[in-house]
Amino acid sequence: MNKPANQKKNKTVRFQTGIQESRRAVSNSLIEKIARFRNTRALDSVATVVITMLGWTAIFVLIGIAGFLIHSSIRAFDEVGIWSMIAGTDWFPTSSDARFGFLPAQVGSVWVTIVALAACVPIGVFSAVYLSEFASSKFRETAKAVIEFMVTIPSVVFGLIGLAVLVPLIRTYLPVDSGLIGLTAGLVVGIVCLPTVISISEDALRSVPNELRHGSFALGNTRWQTAYKVVLPAASSGVFAAIMLGMGRAIGETMVVLMLAGNAGIIPTSPFEAARTMTGTIAQETGEVVRGSVHFSVLFALGLVLFVATFIINLTADMILERSRKKWRR
Amino acid sequence: MTKAGKKTTITFSDYNSKGARRAEAIVRIFTATCCVAVMVLVAFLLGYLFIRGVGSISWSFIFDSPQDRMTGGGIWPAIVGTLWLIGLVSAFAMPVGIATGIYLAEIAKQSRPVRMLRVAIANMAGVPSVVYGLFGFAAFSLAFGLGKSLLAMGLTLACVTLPVVITATEEALRQIPTEQRQAAMALGCTRARTLGKIVLPTALPGIITGAILGLSRAAGETAPILFTGVAFFAPVATDIMQPSMALPYHLYIMATQPTTPAPHIVWGTALVLTGMLSITNAVIATWRSHKRRKLQW
Repeated sequence: MNKPANQKKNKTVRFQTGIQESRRAVSNSLIEKIARFRNTRALDSVATVVITMLGWTAIFVLIGIAGFLIHSSIRAFDEVGIWSMIAGTDWFPTSSDARFGFLPAQVGSVWVTIVALAACVPIGVFSAVYLSEFASSKFRETAKAVIEFMVTIPSVVFGLIGLAVLVPLIRTYLPVDSGLIGLTAGLVVGIVCLPTVISISEDALRSVPNELRHGSFALGNTRWQTAYKVVLPAASSGVFAAIMLGMGRAIGETMVVLMLAGNAGIIPTSPFEAARTMTGTIAQETGEVVRGSVHFSVLFALGLVLFVATFIINLTADMILERSRKKWRR
Repeated sequence: MTKAGKKTTITFSDYNSKGARRAEAIVRIFTATCCVAVMVLVAFLLGYLFIRGVGSISWSFIFDSPQDRMTGGGIWPAIVGTLWLIGLVSAFAMPVGIATGIYLAEIAKQSRPVRMLRVAIANMAGVPSVVYGLFGFAAFSLAFGLGKSLLAMGLTLACVTLPVVITATEEALRQIPTEQRQAAMALGCTRARTLGKIVLPTALPGIITGAILGLSRAAGETAPILFTGVAFFAPVATDIMQPSMALPYHLYIMATQPTTPAPHIVWGTALVLTGMLSITNAVIATWRSHKRRKLQW
């Protein structure tokens, strides 16, 4: 009877020493070192350095975009020339006497953008005014969720619905041969830009401090009088920035115009003609062109023009927004 | 503040006059109509897609390859291609995007270079998607020698997604009150430990939501992948160095190819793509608002 008890005791002893040994082992192991290291200044500085380095890689993407666009369009600048591209009226990239004028695409982009802004700015700003000045907070939350949801729908789906719904309507009710014109593309692009315009101008309107509204109410103004006499003037720069950002989106929108604008080669004189835009031209031709040819390089130059245009628009909008944000910061 | 106060002239108006009240009512109804019209438009878009597309959704439409010269069969290779792209984009854009967000919210001080970085990020969001396509083609496909491949497409789309992830992360981190950080530091935590133990876990719902929003936008983009490796037809992708099909491009090419009239494929693809993205977003938005209600200060 003694033997098994002894054995049991032995086992326990061995077990306990085992624990001690393993504890000792653990305390020297990497895990323990890491555990102790987790709250040291060394880790703090390592983490800071790693995050800082990763944080700055974002800027290299932007520099990379500019760099690669410039690098690839050097040949076009050499052989065609900047001015004969930007101010050239003919776009015959594949004929034997090739002409690479950007004006048809630039004018097309301008028409589409004008139509898009004409469609989305009034609706967008009025909606923003309603959401910020009149709506109950419950309605505002729901409406904002629905409107933000629109961002989820891919632009190629907007193009498809435009093809199926708007193109037949335009062909039926307007005296045009085909529904694929600048107007159609512009209207759909306007819809695509709506969430941008609404949410940014609503933010601008709501960042106006309530004291201003209360002061205006105290003077006997109604809500609408307050909105257009006090809130809109105070938020005008923010609303303007929202429109600018919408414009940037409209110029850069690709799939909708590729599917709906008609992609004609001539300079459109009104939105009722088929148009080609800068984005559509790039999207349509870059895939088919011979790599390293002049045409290839010209398309990168067109991309550079587009990049610079949207960059200037966004930079301006950003500066305006930053200034208006500072205005109400206390 | 005073400057704006001077600029706006508040005139004493005829309080409660009939005209003012009528104008008020008209404007209220008019602006409300605009707002409701936008909401109805969203409902119309989704409803229209559903009605046109629901008839073509079937087991074989989703899990088969295209057949009969793209006029029949399913869209499985395109779905797999899009899923591959989502995976690649999250692998590239998440670490960099979240780190940049953390850097901007927690580490960066107000200085000229940091302001430049902010401006650059804000501008990246505004660069047209087709310009990303050109960049991806010149950089990843040609200069890095990746050719037309899933990897080149994933890298290009990661660049498109990056600003969205950065902004979402930074905003989520900024919403956490400074008191929480100070409390952690007062208990002896270093900055990294405060970040890892307190700040990041609290901000996680916001960060994940932003990241998934960015991913879903990338999944719907067509222009950036046009030149970097999307294929009209390819078998189910197994290798990231090969071109692949993708849902948005499949939709584009089927909708605009006059030679292959297959409307049921077009609308089915549109519904699958939009449905995938909207269900993900609806789920994530509900989850976030649920989390937000639990975490109130």
